[in-house]
Amino acid sequence: MQYLAPTSEDEVVAALAQADGRARILAGGTDLLVQMKADMIAPDILVDIKRIPELREITREGGGWRIGAAVSGAEFNERADICADWPGLAEAFDLIGSTQVQGRCTLAGNLCNASPAADSVPAMVAADAVARIVGPSGTRDLPVAEIPVGPGRTSLAAGEFITSIFLPARAPRSADAYLRFIPRTEMDIAVASAGVSLTLDDNGSCVAARVALGAVAPTVLLVEEAAAALIGTKLEGAALAALAQACESAATPIDDKRGTVAFRKQVVGVLARRAVKIAQDRASGKGAGERA
Amino acid sequence: MALDEYEKRDFRVVGKRMPRPDAIDKVTGRALYGADMHVPGMLVGKILRSPHAHARIKAIDTSAAEALEGVRAVVTGADFPEIAPGEARNVRDNAMARDKALYDGHAVAAVAATSAAIARKALKLIRVEYEILPHVTEISDAMKPDAPVVQEGFVQENVPEGFSDNVISYHQYGHGDLDAGFAQADKVITRRFRTAATHQGYIEPHAALASFGADGTADLWVCTQGHYYVRQLCAEILQMDQAQLRVTASEIGGGFGGKTTCFIEPVALMLSKKAGAPVKLVMTRQEVFRASGPTVSSEIEMRMGMTKDGRITAAEAELHYQGGAFPNITVQFGAMAAFACYDLQAVQTRGYNVLTNRPKQAAYRAPGAPMAIYAVESVVDELCQEFDLDPLEVRLKNAARKGTKASYGPTYPDIGLVATLEAAQAHPHYSAPLGPNQARGVACGFWFNFGGDTSVSLSVDFDGSITVTEGNPDIGGSRVSIAMMAAEELGVPYESVRAVVTDTASLGHNEVTDGSRVTFAVGLATIKAARAAKREMCRRAAKIWGIDEDAVIWEDGCAKPAGPNAGKFEPLSIKEIAAKSSRTGGPIAGHHEVNAEGAGVSFGVHIADVEVDPETGHTRVVRYTVFQDAGKAVHPDYVEGQMQGGAAQGIGWALNEEYIYDENGRLLNPGFLDYRIPVASDLPHIDAVILEIPNPGHPYGVRGVGETGIVPPLATLSNAVSRAIGRRMYELPMSPPRILKAIKGG
Amino acid sequence: MSKIHVKTRINGEAAEFLCEPDETLLEALRDRLHLTGTKEGCGSGDCGACSVTVNGRLVASCLMLAAEAEGAEIGTIEGLAKGAELDVLQRKFVEHAALQCGICTPGFLVASKALLEKNPDPTEEEVRYWLAGNLCRCTGYDKIIRAVLDAAAEMRRA
Ligand SMILES: Cc1cc2nc3c(=O)[nH]c(=O)nc-3n(C[C@H](O)[C@H](O)[C@H](O)COP(=O)(O)OP(=O)(O)OC[C@H]3O[C@@H](n4cnc5c(N)ncnc54)[C@H](O)[C@@H]3O)c2cc1C
Ligand code: FES
Ligand code: FES
Repeated sequence: MQYLAPTSEDEVVAALAQADGRARILAGGTDLLVQMKADMIAPDILVDIKRIPELREITREGGGWRIGAAVSGAEFNERADICADWPGLAEAFDLIGSTQVQGRCTLAGNLCNASPAADSVPAMVAADAVARIVGPSGTRDLPVAEIPVGPGRTSLAAGEFITSIFLPARAPRSADAYLRFIPRTEMDIAVASAGVSLTLDDNGSCVAARVALGAVAPTVLLVEEAAAALIGTKLEGAALAALAQACESAATPIDDKRGTVAFRKQVVGVLARRAVKIAQDRASGKGAGERA
Repeated sequence: MALDEYEKRDFRVVGKRMPRPDAIDKVTGRALYGADMHVPGMLVGKILRSPHAHARIKAIDTSAAEALEGVRAVVTGADFPEIAPGEARNVRDNAMARDKALYDGHAVAAVAATSAAIARKALKLIRVEYEILPHVTEISDAMKPDAPVVQEGFVQENVPEGFSDNVISYHQYGHGDLDAGFAQADKVITRRFRTAATHQGYIEPHAALASFGADGTADLWVCTQGHYYVRQLCAEILQMDQAQLRVTASEIGGGFGGKTTCFIEPVALMLSKKAGAPVKLVMTRQEVFRASGPTVSSEIEMRMGMTKDGRITAAEAELHYQGGAFPNITVQFGAMAAFACYDLQAVQTRGYNVLTNRPKQAAYRAPGAPMAIYAVESVVDELCQEFDLDPLEVRLKNAARKGTKASYGPTYPDIGLVATLEAAQAHPHYSAPLGPNQARGVACGFWFNFGGDTSVSLSVDFDGSITVTEGNPDIGGSRVSIAMMAAEELGVPYESVRAVVTDTASLGHNEVTDGSRVTFAVGLATIKAARAAKREMCRRAAKIWGIDEDAVIWEDGCAKPAGPNAGKFEPLSIKEIAAKSSRTGGPIAGHHEVNAEGAGVSFGVHIADVEVDPETGHTRVVRYTVFQDAGKAVHPDYVEGQMQGGAAQGIGWALNEEYIYDENGRLLNPGFLDYRIPVASDLPHIDAVILEIPNPGHPYGVRGVGETGIVPPLATLSNAVSRAIGRRMYELPMSPPRILKAIKGG
Repeated sequence: MSKIHVKTRINGEAAEFLCEPDETLLEALRDRLHLTGTKEGCGSGDCGACSVTVNGRLVASCLMLAAEAEGAEIGTIEGLAKGAELDVLQRKFVEHAALQCGICTPGFLVASKALLEKNPDPTEEEVRYWLAGNLCRCTGYDKIIRAVLDAAAEMRRA
């Protein structure tokens, strides 16, 4: 095996092109190294992207935020400005692993590992985040929702990699929230999860919403019916019940060591409902809401 | 039983919180654990494990691995000599499969190579031809007459008819007339319980460094709870004299019973013997889960009768335990412990031990007791609810006390259950208000405690400082307690005593660090060794003074004339006597060898408040208090530590920990991410209340405290959760899907 | 496979070693530099026994390649005490009996040190969540949490 630590995006593109599918991007390594040790993968080349300066930056862009693909969870969460704009995504990112994992893990790594249970992904999808992809044929932007195509599989073409994640500008009275269910309080993989982003009008009615679910289907689910149940309402009883129902219906989970079908379906609706309340409180200025 | 050892006294050192001798090394990273030893020329060993739950090994081709550059030895089951049936043979066959792989993770071959990378590569070159056999991992399946038989030849004579040959032993205890007892009850209930297999979960994986000499002697460095037992097993497995094998125990990173036997040690020795070089073998975490011993899983049927004022009139239990592919005696302990907390006129327990295609179980803190007592304490709680009675009152009413004939036979001497229950009742926790979705659970627990073979040597060094040489690995601070008892007995400052755990070549035999025996038995032997040293020092003083040795007494750390008639001499301190020892007859030491009896049973009561999220089934432990009888708490910090640690393990067992198998008998969660032990944010502070009811069998009244703490939490939590959700839970772990299902009425 | 030459600083001193490209920092520390105070409990990021700091950031050394340490400042348990003088946290762990077997202790100390550097006045809940990636099977965490809070209090007074 070979370890490369290029200092520019171009070098990465060249290295990937040369490797002909036998290379892997190394970001935080918190999935990659675990999988290599478990003999699940055996790449010939690892391309470490952490020495590329642009990939380590968080920058303002058109009212939104561009987050370099090598920014770790710990670095992200030290930025009060971005966390104030996207508290739900900040929480989701922060939920990944332990403090030690936080020191290394990245959004792009969480996304490209393509686990259905990845915590930051429903939050990014609810946020309508867009990934910037660089490859042999140049640069393209793709909504985060379109990157995972199945457990462990992405829509990235050979030789492509993600250089940054873009979070769009926030409308006034907008906020997001993310909740996951785990049996313990930390160090577990989500059994079900829900990310919600919404915008309220002056009267507190919901004018825009995105609801994304994790760990209840082969990939993250953007549930249009759930959003529709919220839009035009004040996010009260009936709307929340309809939202929970829409989430339960959309979920197509499996039974596994982490949870059952029935449990995941029931709980994902509960999480979505609770996440909406947190996002609503935030959007209407009632504080940051509680930790899940 | 030695019940006349205890003498009431005022303690000078015992009972204080002294700094432990190994602490600085452990906070600076200097302490050497199993995997930390390096020696020149050392090879790296790795083990190939079966991916099948049950398979005949038709052939193993190791030639490609042997041909790989850097590979120095390859070992399979065929390398080990034939030995007589017994535990050593079981350990051998578990350490390396012979004709059959008996569970997912069973070792089938091992290599030693010059680097870890080469060793890993070599494993991939070994070709094993398996014939997959039908397997069985669940108790009730394994008991069926037509079940696939895991191993033939283990069925004992007294096993009742009608089962497969997986049912290998049967144990029955009790007394009184059950029918008459049940007839007196106002209510009799029968309930069935299940508990999952759980792992001790020590953070340090098994590690061994073996070095076989060309002369047939060998050295082994290993993290173990009992290096003498390791020596005994390995010597028999490798067919060598015990004296030719020297085993040194490293510092040990947790064991909880899981390091009381051998898993990799015989393999490390065999690799070293074949390679002619030292070999270090360290398990990965995955190997620890797949191939070192978890505890048993259980299926239990419990029947109990109670009068409406809370008197238990009769009780019976049938316990079915599986502990993997090899025999064990855990169900016997369970059958003995089940009703040990109660004074019952009519009681019976029946225990069945069942083989399955799972890893060979190992002891886990009070082995066998937690599951049995979980079932008993759940039924007691349900009956309390039935009659609307206070659960601690009912337990007090039925509590075993001095003179009670225990269900497993003996009549109790002074024991601490009533005092423990009363302390729980009086504690503010028991009457504190509860919030929404919260409820409180209580339960009792019990453990026998062991004594056993013990050797201690205590030397009075020329400068008057004291070295205590003992042979029991120190898992949680026992050296400090041993040194404190030596200081107490000799009347010297604690700082002048050092307790050292030595290797098997340097001291007589010591039983494993298990059964909560060390502070009791090693303490007892230390006190006796100190007394021998004191006698010798009196003799030396008599010689110095030229008086009769009977005319010298030991007081306040000095030899003194017994009275005015003995003559007028200034007291001689240890320092003074030691300084002259070379001229008064030679070095001074005391030693004591004993098979210690009178360990003294121990009881505990736990109270837990839980909050259950009614929409997700998530349980949060809000408050937790442990009450336990410690006899005399030699070092209260480490007694509390045992109580807190046991409680935390029991909480994990109750809520989330379990071995999960797929339909092919493969373990699905061999790692800490999915084998969910409690993390720091899962737990509240665990308050520990120590009671001190002296053990008549120990000079200072010490009882074992290490194990009882894991027994009550299973029922404590189950009772609390059941009360919180208004439905009774009968299965562990109470994972959120199970709780939510119960809430929804499934 | 050719080895990689890595130059780094460990506990404030220059250190260099040769490693395989797929070797972890934990393996290099333990097997090449014989800094065995850093422990391996799982090798998969789940237990925290291998905690070290890299450029001041807490990480699991079992989930980092040794080659990545090039040019970095590494902090391990061996660097916590200043010569014979224990760090406050080390002293408090001893005083509070916050260790039983002690295998988790180096990881807890390194992680707690990183916490107190970032947050000198953490709540009990903050300490518990920060340390959730450090498993201890012996203590039930009670005395560990007390020791960390007490160390924080003493450091604030100093
Ligand atoms: C103890 C532990 C706990 C964990 N807990 C959680 C949890 O709670 N929730 C959760 O969601 N995850 C969890 N994880 C998984 C993991 O930490 C996350 O998925 C993390 O975000 C991965 O990021 P990384 O930077 O470490 O990815 P890496 O391991 O570096 O990479 C992951 C995959 O993505 C590819 N990749 C990385 N970056 C790029 C890029 N820029 N472009 C293209 N491909 C790329 C890699 O080649 C690799 O295939 C846990 C892991 C551990 C070890
Ligand atoms: S060894 Fe690195 S986290 Fe367990
Ligand atoms: S003290 Fe043993 S694991 Fe923490």
